[in-house]
Amino acid sequence: MALKIVKGSIDRMFDKNLQDLVRGIRNHKEDEAKYISTCIDEIKQELKQDNIAVKANAVCKLTYLQMLGYDVSWAAFNIVEVMSSSKFTYKRIGYLAASQCFHESTDVIMLTTNQIRKDLSSPNQYDTGVALTGLSCFVTPDLARDLANDIMTLMSHTKPYIRKKAVLIMYKVFLKYPESLRPAFPRLKEKLEDPDPGVQSAAVNVICELARRNPKNYLSLAPLFFKLMTSSTNNWVLIKIIKLFGALTPLEPRLGKKLIEPLTNLIHSTSAMSLLYECVNTVIAGEYWESVGNLCVQKLRILIEDSDQNLKYLGLLAMSKILKTHPKSVQSHKDLILQCLDDKDESIRLRALDLLYGMVSKKNLMEIVKKLMLHVDKAEGTTYRDELLTKIIDICSQSNYQYITNFEWYISILVELTRLEGTRHGHLIASQMLDVAIRVKAIRVFAVAQMATLLDNAHLLTGNTQRNGICEVLYAAAWICGEFSEHLENPTQTLEAMLRPKVATLPGHIQAVYVQNAAKLFATVLKGEEGNTDSTAAQEASQLMIDRLPLFVQSANLEVQERASCILQLVKYIQKLQQKDVEVAEEVNALFAGELNPVAPKAQKKVPVPEGLDLDAWINEPPSESESEDEQPKAIFAKEEPKHSRPRHTEVDEKELARRREARKQEQANNPFYIKASPSSQKVYQEAPGVEHIPVVQIDLNVPLKVPGLPMSDQYVKMEEERRQKERAEKKKKEKKKRKEKRSGRGKKHDSAPESEEDITPAHMVDIVTEEMPENALPSDDDERDPTDPHKALDIDLDKPLADSEKLPVRSHRAAEAQKSPTDGETENATLPEPKKKSSKEKREKKKDKERDRKVYDIQGNLQDGSQVVVSVIFENKCSSFLKSMEFNVLDSLNSKLQRPEGSGPHDGLVVPFQLPPGVSNEARFVFTVQSIVMPQKLKGTLTFIVKNEDDSTHEKLDFKLHFTCTSYLITTPCYSDAFAKLLESGDLKSSSVRLEGVNMPFHHLLARICFHHHFSVVERIDSCASMYSRSIQGHHVCLLVKTVSTVSIDAKCDEPTLLGNVLDEIKQTFSQC
Amino acid sequence: MRFMLLFSRQGKLRLQKWYTATAERDKKKMVRELMQIVLARKPKMCSFLEWRDLKIVYKRYASLYFCCAIEEQDNELITLEIIHRFVELLDKYFGSVCELDIIFNFEKAYFILDEFLMGGEIQDTSKKSVLKAIEQADLLQEEDESPRSVLEEMGLA
Repeated sequence: MALKIVKGSIDRMFDKNLQDLVRGIRNHKEDEAKYISTCIDEIKQELKQDNIAVKANAVCKLTYLQMLGYDVSWAAFNIVEVMSSSKFTYKRIGYLAASQCFHESTDVIMLTTNQIRKDLSSPNQYDTGVALTGLSCFVTPDLARDLANDIMTLMSHTKPYIRKKAVLIMYKVFLKYPESLRPAFPRLKEKLEDPDPGVQSAAVNVICELARRNPKNYLSLAPLFFKLMTSSTNNWVLIKIIKLFGALTPLEPRLGKKLIEPLTNLIHSTSAMSLLYECVNTVIAGEYWESVGNLCVQKLRILIEDSDQNLKYLGLLAMSKILKTHPKSVQSHKDLILQCLDDKDESIRLRALDLLYGMVSKKNLMEIVKKLMLHVDKAEGTTYRDELLTKIIDICSQSNYQYITNFEWYISILVELTRLEGTRHGHLIASQMLDVAIRVKAIRVFAVAQMATLLDNAHLLTGNTQRNGICEVLYAAAWICGEFSEHLENPTQTLEAMLRPKVATLPGHIQAVYVQNAAKLFATVLKGEEGNTDSTAAQEASQLMIDRLPLFVQSANLEVQERASCILQLVKYIQKLQQKDVEVAEEVNALFAGELNPVAPKAQKKVPVPEGLDLDAWINEPPSESESEDEQPKAIFAKEEPKHSRPRHTEVDEKELARRREARKQEQANNPFYIKASPSSQKVYQEAPGVEHIPVVQIDLNVPLKVPGLPMSDQYVKMEEERRQKERAEKKKKEKKKRKEKRSGRGKKHDSAPESEEDITPAHMVDIVTEEMPENALPSDDDERDPTDPHKALDIDLDKPLADSEKLPVRSHRAAEAQKSPTDGETENATLPEPKKKSSKEKREKKKDKERDRKVYDIQGNLQDGSQVVVSVIFENKCSSFLKSMEFNVLDSLNSKLQRPEGSGPHDGLVVPFQLPPGVSNEARFVFTVQSIVMPQKLKGTLTFIVKNEDDSTHEKLDFKLHFTCTSYLITTPCYSDAFAKLLESGDLKSSSVRLEGVNMPFHHLLARICFHHHFSVVERIDSCASMYSRSIQGHHVCLLVKTVSTVSIDAKCDEPTLLGNVLDEIKQTFSQC
Repeated sequence: MRFMLLFSRQGKLRLQKWYTATAERDKKKMVRELMQIVLARKPKMCSFLEWRDLKIVYKRYASLYFCCAIEEQDNELITLEIIHRFVELLDKYFGSVCELDIIFNFEKAYFILDEFLMGGEIQDTSKKSVLKAIEQADLLQEEDESPRSVLEEMGLA
C-alpha cells in the first residue's frame, strides 16, 4: 500500500500542471485537437487516482479546456469531489470549475447541497466566500430552496465580506425561488443601512434590480432611498438609486416633484459622465420634463459635440429616446444630427440615421432625403450605403407615406436609387414602386412613364453582372407598365423593349413577369388600334410577339416557359382572327380585366375562425407535414384578391352589423383618403361627390420627364418651395373654411395622414388606398409579457406582514433519518451516470445515520474482458470520528462473484486499503466476474469498520445493496450510419419497442438523457427521429430508433432479446422519474 | 450584466463568465458571433453596440478585448468603468498585466473577477478591499501548499 502511495506521488511529479498544458497547446498549433485529446486521456487517468491534489490539478486543466470549447461534462462528479476537499486550494479550484461547467441540468448538482451548506457555515470566511461565488453561477431552484435559509443567516454574518456576498446572491436566490423574497426582504432592507459601504451598495444593487422589474412593490422604500441619494457620494450607488427612481416616478407623480431639485443639482455638478447620463435617462423616462427637459437636451448636445465617440453615441441614443416623447425638443437640433452623418464611426452614423427617421415632417422630408441622397453618393462600403438606402425608404414610407406631399418626387427618388451599383436592396425598391403605383392612383400616369423609361434603359441597370440585385426593379417596372398600360404613351415601344433578347439573361422570375405583362401590353395595343381602319400596327404587334416569344418558350425556367407557350399560342390564334378581320381587342382585354387590390399583410391572419371549425384537426390522416402559407408573398400574383369567401361571425346579430356598416360608410364618405376597394368604386371616385370640397391642386403636367441617369428629384425640392410659398398666401383665405372640414371620425389607424401640423397640403391629391382587411377582423393581440420572464414571479407584495407559513425551509429531513437503527441501511437512489471511456456508471448513496458514512459507487464494464465489471466505491466519512479497518464483503450469487485474492475463501471480505479521517472521502475498486449480463441483479453486501473515538472504539457495520443494471453493462460506442444500416439489414437482431408516456422535454434533451444515462451514442438524427447505438461488454449490439410525434416511441433491436427488454425497462424507468 | 468575455485580437477566448444559465451550445454560438462582430470593428469606433436584445460594451486593452453584455436599461458608461476597474485590478495583482499572465494564470484572473463581480453585479467598489480579499485567500492557499510529508498529504497521518 505504502508503495502505491509513493508511486502515486512520483507519478505526480510527471503530471502536467496547468502551465504545462497551456504551453503544450501553444506549441501544438498545427495538431491542437490531437494534442488536447491526449491531454484529456491523461486527465482521465489522473482523475482515477486517489490523490486529491492530482484530481484538483486535473480539474483545473479541464476548466481551461472547457473555456477552449471542449466538453467536460463527463467530469462533473470529479469536480464535486474536488469541491468537497477540505483544503481551500482545491476547494477553490473545484468551485471555479463548477461555476464554469455546471448548469441547471447537471445532475450532480443535487449532490452538492450538503457540501455547500457545510462550506457556507465554515469558520473560514474564504471557504464561505468561495462557496457563495460558485453558487451564484449555478444555483438551481432546488439549491435555492434548500439553501435560502442558510444564506439569509449569512446576511447578518459578523464579517462584512460575507454579508456583502450573501446579500448579492440573494438576488439569484429570489429569481430561482420566489417564495423566499417575502421572508428575506426585511433583512435585506436592514442592509440598506449597514455600516459597511460595500454591504450597503450590495443591498442597493439587489433592491434596485428587483424594483426595476416590479416597481410598484417598492414604492414604500422611496423615502429611504431619497435619504441615501442625498447623502451618498458613491457614484456607483447613486447611479443605481437614480435608476430605481426612474422606475418609481411613473407610479408616484409626487415623487417626481421632490426629485427635481436633487436631480438638477446632480446634472449641474457631477463630473462623472456615467452619472450624468443616468440622470438624463431618468429625466427622459419620468415626469420631470417640464422643468429639467431643456437642461437635459443641452447636456446631450454637449455630449454629441464631444470628441469622444462613446459620448457622441450615447448622446444620440438618448436623443432618440427623447424623440419618442418630445419630438419638438430634438427637431431643433437637426443640424447637429445631420453633421453626425459625416462621422467616421459607422455606428454613430447609423444612430443619427435612426434619429432622422423620427425627425422628418412634411416640411423637412425633402430636404432631409436630399442630404441623405448626397451621402449615398459619397458613401464608401456597400453596407453603409445599403443601410442609407433602406433608411431613405423607411423614412419616406413610414406611417403609410404620411410625410410625402409629392409622390412624383418620391418616384423619382426611387428611380435615382436604382442607379446604385451592387446594392442588395433591389427588391425593396421594387416593392416600394409597386406599392406606390398600386395604392396612389393619381401617380400612376407618372409612374408608368418613369417605368417605361426604366424598361427602355434596362441595359443600364443590369450591367454586366448577372447577380446584380438591382434588376429586381425591372420586375416592378414591367408589372406596372403591364398592369397600368392604359396610361402608357407609346405602348408599342414598351412592348418592344420588354421582348428584347437581352431579357432572357434576367433571372427567371423577372422574365416570367415580363412575358405575362407583354401579353397585357399586347392587349392594350390591340385596343388602341381597334378603331383604326389601318390594321397594320395591330398586326405588327402580333408579329412582334410571335417573333420574340419563342426565345422564352425555350427558357430553362418552367414558369417562363409555361407562360410563354400559353401566350404564344394565344397570339397565334389572334393573328389568325386578325387576318380574317375579326375584332378581337375586347376579348383579349377581357383576359386581364379587373383591378388587383392590395391586401393587408395580416389580412389572412385576422379572419376570425368560425365556431366549430378546428383548423388543427386533420381532414385526412397526414401523409407529410402541411405546407405553411406565406404571409407576405413575394410574387406579384399573390396579390390577387383572396378567393376565399369571408366567413362572417355568426354571433353578431344583423342589427349590429347593419349599424356598423352604416357607421363605416359614413366614416369613409367623410374621409378624403379612403377609396373603397371594390373595382366599381373607381367610378364613384371619379364622380367624387364626397371629396369635391377638398382643395385639389392640379397636377402640373409640365413636369419635365427626364431620362434616368440624371438627377431630377432636386427639382422637386425647388418646385415644392415655390409651391408652398404660393400656398401660404392662399392658405390664410382658406383657413377658416378648412377648420370646418376636419374629418369627423377618428378613422381607422391606417387611414393615412392626419391633419398636418404644418398645414401643408399635398401637391397632388392622392388617394392612398387602404389595404383590404376582412370585415370583422380581430383586434390585434396585445403583446404580452414574456411568460418565461423570471422576474414575473417576483412580483410580490412586500409590505404585507409575514404569515407563519412563510418561512424558509430549514433542513430537517436529515435529522429525522438519524432515528433509524444503524442496520437499517436506508438507501437512496441517485443515478448520476457519467460516461467514461470504457465505463458505465451508476451511483447510489448510502447513508448511515449516526456515522453518516456515505458511499457512492460506480460500475464499469471492462472491454478487454467480457465477464468483468469494476465497481468503484467512494467512501466518505461524514461523522466526526475516525474510521479504520474497513472490510468490504458481498454475498456472491451464481452469476456474479466478487473477485477475491487467491487463497481466500468464498465468504471472506476484502480489506479496504485506506482509513478515513472525519470528512475525508476515498475511492476503492472491486472487480466482479459476471457470467450473464442479460438480466439486472442486486447483490447484498456488508461493510464492517471500526469507529475510533478519543477514548473508545466500536465495531460497526453497514448493509448495502449493489444494483447491477443492464445499462451498466453497456458501453458508449460510436457507430457510423452505414455500419449501422448494415447491422440492421443483417437480420440477426430481434426487435422490441416501448412507448414513453408523458415525456415532454425537447427532443435533444431526451436524446442527451438516453446517451447520458444509458450509454448510447446518436448515429443519426433527422428532425424528431434519431437512431442510436450501444454495445454491451459481451459484444451485443443494441440499436434504438427514437421517434417523437405526440408521445415518444422507441423501437429497438438487439441480438439478445432479454437484455434488450431490460435495457428498455430501465430507459422507461429513467423517464418516469423525470 | 449577462456575461463577460475576454478574447485576443486573434479571436482566441481567454476568459468567459456567464451570469445567467446558458446552454453550452448557445454559449459557443454567441461567443463566436460576438467575437466576429467586435473584431471587425475599427479602432476609432465607439465601444457600444446593440446585439440581439442586449447591449454590448467592449474595450480593447493592448491585445485583449474585454467585452460585456448588458441589458437594455443598464448604463453603458458604468459598464466601461467596470471593465476598466477590472483591468486595474488585474494590473495591480499581476504587476502591469499582459495577455500571457491571463493565459497562464487564468484561474487567478477568475478569482479576481469573482471577488469584484458576483452574479453580474458589482460587489465592492473599493479596489483596495477587493485586492485585500484576494491576497488573503492566496495566503490561505500558500499555507495549504507548504510542503508536507507524503503521508500527511494522503490524510494518513
